[in-house]
Amino acid sequence: MTARASKRLARWAVTAPPLLYLLVFFAAPTLIMVLASFRSPAEFGGLAPLVDEAGKLDLNVDSYVRFVTEPVFMRVFAKSAGYATVTTLFCLLLAYPLATLIASSGRKYRDLLLLLVILPFWSNFLIRIYAWMIILGPNAALAKLVNGTLALFGAPPVPLLFSGFAVLVCLVYVHLPFMVLPLYANLEKHDQALLDAAQDLGANAWQRFWRITFPLSLPGVYAGAALVFIPALGIFAIPDILGGPEDTLIGNLIKQQFLETRDWPFGSVLSIVLTVAALVLAGSAAWVARRGARRDA
Amino acid sequence: MALLEIQGVTRRFGDFTAVDDVSLAVEPGEFFTLLGPSGCGKTTLLRMIAGFDLPDAGRILLSGDDLATTPPELRPVRTVFQSYALFPHMSVAANVAFPLQMARVPPGERKARIEAALEDVRLTGFDKRYPHELSGGQKQRVAIARALVTHPTMLLLDEPLAALDAKLREDLSIELINLQKEVGIAFVYVTHDQTEALALSHRIAVMNHGRIEQLDEPSKIYGYPRTRFVADFIGHCNLLSGPVIQTDGGVAIVDVEGLGGVQVATQASIPGGARGTVALRPEKIRIATSAPAENPASPLADPHANHYRGTVHDLLYMGDVTVYRVGTPGGAIVEALLANSQTGRAKFFEVGDAVEVSWPVAAGHFIAE
Repeated sequence: MTARASKRLARWAVTAPPLLYLLVFFAAPTLIMVLASFRSPAEFGGLAPLVDEAGKLDLNVDSYVRFVTEPVFMRVFAKSAGYATVTTLFCLLLAYPLATLIASSGRKYRDLLLLLVILPFWSNFLIRIYAWMIILGPNAALAKLVNGTLALFGAPPVPLLFSGFAVLVCLVYVHLPFMVLPLYANLEKHDQALLDAAQDLGANAWQRFWRITFPLSLPGVYAGAALVFIPALGIFAIPDILGGPEDTLIGNLIKQQFLETRDWPFGSVLSIVLTVAALVLAGSAAWVARRGARRDA
Repeated sequence: MALLEIQGVTRRFGDFTAVDDVSLAVEPGEFFTLLGPSGCGKTTLLRMIAGFDLPDAGRILLSGDDLATTPPELRPVRTVFQSYALFPHMSVAANVAFPLQMARVPPGERKARIEAALEDVRLTGFDKRYPHELSGGQKQRVAIARALVTHPTMLLLDEPLAALDAKLREDLSIELINLQKEVGIAFVYVTHDQTEALALSHRIAVMNHGRIEQLDEPSKIYGYPRTRFVADFIGHCNLLSGPVIQTDGGVAIVDVEGLGGVQVATQASIPGGARGTVALRPEKIRIATSAPAENPASPLADPHANHYRGTVHDLLYMGDVTVYRVGTPGGAIVEALLANSQTGRAKFFEVGDAVEVSWPVAAGHFIAE
């Protein structure tokens, strides 16, 4: 065997397993879902046969038409996008100072602080959501404090749990590390000489932040925003557990279509719309970040 | 009144004293250089003038005002950083506009000021470029234009040429001299490169271990080094040390091991038994196959005063000049430099050649210890 041939073989040996994995567990299911979105639902759920009794191929766009024509689905979609946007903004507001603190602290503390940021990942996602159920519950200190304060002003008590508030708090909590880490990775590379130069040229602390630090951190902001917004858009566990009856998001809707209503074609349509929306967002975030990176080179 | 006055400034970092009781004054329009090896405190001193660091003791006055409570953004001085520190997300024009915006210069005035500043550094037409599209020398010029655009009272330059290659460094040096003359602003220039310091400055403060070893004009620094450190740091120098055996009529005789009594001119009155060093520049030494003729008419210029036989131990051919290291029978080494000016011959001597080195009394410079 020639050296070149053995090199080619080695390359295939390394890349084939992950490629195969993605083909079987990602590409194929996605194609199946796309196909399902054009099929009809069976009478008792699932999918109707692809070829009907008359021997005709049963493919249609009925489910897509339903998504576009029935406004309730667009409303749920808009609501999901709203929750994801607010989550992203709050994550950004909380993560920016935190990432700045970590990036500016000494080597020793930096590692410790980063460890604390990723520490929540060590316990189960669902357990952390249920923990919020206890924290926000009607008998917990927080609810008593809030409602006690409201009572002082003669206002009626409000439930913290099973509300949009609970969903948002938990969405922000769960996604915060995904904003902190890319922001930290960006801020950590910033050159102190640039801030010195800006100060030397007459910029005060506020001007140094808005003219130098923030614009240079935009690639990190975009990366963090994409990492928060996209999963927040499709989430279903948090509104399921902590949300009220009004807090049905697109993720819950998809889950319902597959597990409860058993309308697989329509569930597939919702999934595809969500995937395409996420792809467009991730693509534009990557494009903006790349443009920024090229300019920084 | 001096433009900048540094009075007894000291800065310590833990046990390390970076700047140790330094006093100096910079005049308006002066090109002043802080020269020294890394860690000598020159950059710390510059950062204190800019305001990025504060002295532990002493005062820094600019035009008579104490700067102790003035933050860097309010000091009327500008710094050119070694790394240029251009804002990567801004075009050349936006970089130069930045200090104008901070100073709230009306937008209508900015364009003309930016163009004038870019013209000063010969970068007209580069305004739309981004820093990553510029060469090192161009980045340096943008940094200078950005620092000069608000007409500061003083420009601080922190090793601005260190990152450039030798040829470009020379070109930019000449440009810097012309620019400084043109704008008439005082420059305080920090460098570890003695050639740069000698070529550019009106006055040089040579620093070592946080102190000023000598503050003088370049020719005085080179010709009359006050300490062994200065003699050794600036250019090449033979440092011939030993006890002083005799002083008589402005001439001291130093007993140097391997050479014997070396005669050197000195104005100082030296107590008997003191030790001293004769600092002798290699280019002032005559190197030939035979001893020079006596010249009793002018005793200070008589090359016969100090003459020694020796052998060329090794040589360093440098194109325009050759450095010969000549060993005497007593074991001393004398470095002599000869311009390769004679056509048709690369160098005058080869390793192993027997030669005669000699220099007049006035060639050396006496440093008391």
